[in-house]
Amino acid sequence: MTENKDNFIEIRGLSFGYGNKVVFDGVDMDIPRGKVTAVMGPSGTGKTTLLRLIGAQLTPDAGTVRVDGQLLSSLRRDELFHLRARMGMLFQSGALFTDMSVFDNVAFPLRVHTGLAESMIRDIVLMKLQTVGLRGAASLMPAMLSGGMARRVALARATALDPDFIMYDEPFVGQDPIAMGVLVNLLGSLKKALGLTSLIVSHDLAETAAIADVLYILANGSVIASGRPDELQNSDDPQVTQFMKGLPDGPVPFHYPAKDYSEDMLGESA
Amino acid sequence: MNWCTESMVSLGRWGVDTVRVMGRATLILFLMLSRGGGGQGAFFPLLVRQVYVVGVLSLVIIAVAGLFIGMVLALQGYNILVGYGTEQAVGQLVALSLVRELGPVVTALLFAGRAGSALTAEIGLMKTTDQLASLEMIGVDPLRQIAAPRFLAGVISMPILACIFSMVGILGGALIGIDWLGIYDGSFWGNMEQAVSFADDVMDGLIKSVVFGVVVSWIAVFQGYESMPTSEGISLATTRTVVYSSLAVLALDLFLTAVMFGDL
Ligand SMILES: Nc1ncnc2c1ncn2[C@@H]1O[C@H](COP(=O)(O)OP(=O)(O)OP(=O)(O)O)[C@@H](O)[C@H]1O
Ligand SMILES: [Mg+2]
Repeated sequence: MTENKDNFIEIRGLSFGYGNKVVFDGVDMDIPRGKVTAVMGPSGTGKTTLLRLIGAQLTPDAGTVRVDGQLLSSLRRDELFHLRARMGMLFQSGALFTDMSVFDNVAFPLRVHTGLAESMIRDIVLMKLQTVGLRGAASLMPAMLSGGMARRVALARATALDPDFIMYDEPFVGQDPIAMGVLVNLLGSLKKALGLTSLIVSHDLAETAAIADVLYILANGSVIASGRPDELQNSDDPQVTQFMKGLPDGPVPFHYPAKDYSEDMLGESA
Repeated sequence: MNWCTESMVSLGRWGVDTVRVMGRATLILFLMLSRGGGGQGAFFPLLVRQVYVVGVLSLVIIAVAGLFIGMVLALQGYNILVGYGTEQAVGQLVALSLVRELGPVVTALLFAGRAGSALTAEIGLMKTTDQLASLEMIGVDPLRQIAAPRFLAGVISMPILACIFSMVGILGGALIGIDWLGIYDGSFWGNMEQAVSFADDVMDGLIKSVVFGVVVSWIAVFQGYESMPTSEGISLATTRTVVYSSLAVLALDLFLTAVMFGDL
């Protein structure tokens, strides 16, 4: 398989499972450079797991992940850490360092990876916090933030080093409509200003479709559809329409695999 | 399957699990030590901060416990020795018990409860809340940033705390022996000075506390690192830290004592 320079990330034949539970079974995926790619799918299909595989925090059982042409499995530790410094990741939980203030959280990657003077770092941190509307919260500790605020601080931290690639795990969850609008604009403008490649995991169809260039729908361990958001919205594939219209019944199951409902409920007495 | 094969199977599984855990623990110890020095950012400030958290904040409990134990030793020793008319030997009794045994052992037990459990809970919570994962994604090795400074701080703090424990304990013994029970202070201190040898007693006690420092900090960091990322997993790991380190300290103490003082 030859690699395509237009793709920042290429995933081929990816299989992964936790113990006996298979999460991915032969997934192929391209994440184009300088574009916004969105991954959607039912809860528990492995979207977070996918991000961890791309970040090389998990190792695939089979298949390959290439980031910017580099095969993850062939990297030495220092090369991997070097590569990660060029990636930002927004965790689903925010994952702020609880023993540091908001300011120090955002400053942390800068202090670790750049030799910048403290006055310079201060300017950058305040700028990043300003873009997420939390410059005034710089001196607060993470425990004093709401969930939505914490996630916005985490976004500021993820962009602190001006990475080439950012992964967002559900950035819109817990945001009010105003913050949501600001975030959507922010994510879009990051792309334009920096030529940034982004990967967004989200359940918010409307917002995601508005900023995404490419959309992947994951279900049952594989990619069931991919394409431009408008293509998918007009698709007549039943799996895709079910997901795009949010119907509970259809080929994509809403329920975690289980035995028959009535059997389960009656099972106690039987 | 009958009872016999079942117990064989579970014994085998226990054996395999134990070896696996030991292997991972050794690996983590090795990685902490080998990466402690290099990497990004200054390591020394991280270490100093942990010495403060782990060591300095344990000072009060160590000093108070040392004082009480020294006092009790003097009282008990006096009651027995006075029957033989040798109550002047209370000084050396207190000093030798503290320096050789009680100083290192009780300090290690208190340290496991006070600092070890806190280390495990802190690292476990960092794991549960994805802080360790996000360090990795920032391109910082959590073993170096989080684990290594805590481990080394424990190893550095333990001998110092044990010395302080023994010193305060001896003062407590003197308080009871000289000021309360009226032992002549010249013979109290003089006997002590003659009986306690620096090369044997003090050094052996110091070696013990260094070993305990390594073992307790290692167990605490490892349990935090390997804890299941749930609230139940953290509480289990914290309990394990205290139980395993206490048992390890007591067993190692017997072994070290046998080697040092038992002519083994
Ligand atoms: N550490 C783990 N051990 C075992 N199974 C896990 C673990 N983490 C996740 N799983 C399982 O893997 C599957 C995928 O999990 P993942 O967190 O990637 O889902 P997700 O798509 O991000 O879901 P959501 O939209 O709810 O965040 C789930 O079914 C989950 O039960
Ligand atoms: Mg998820």
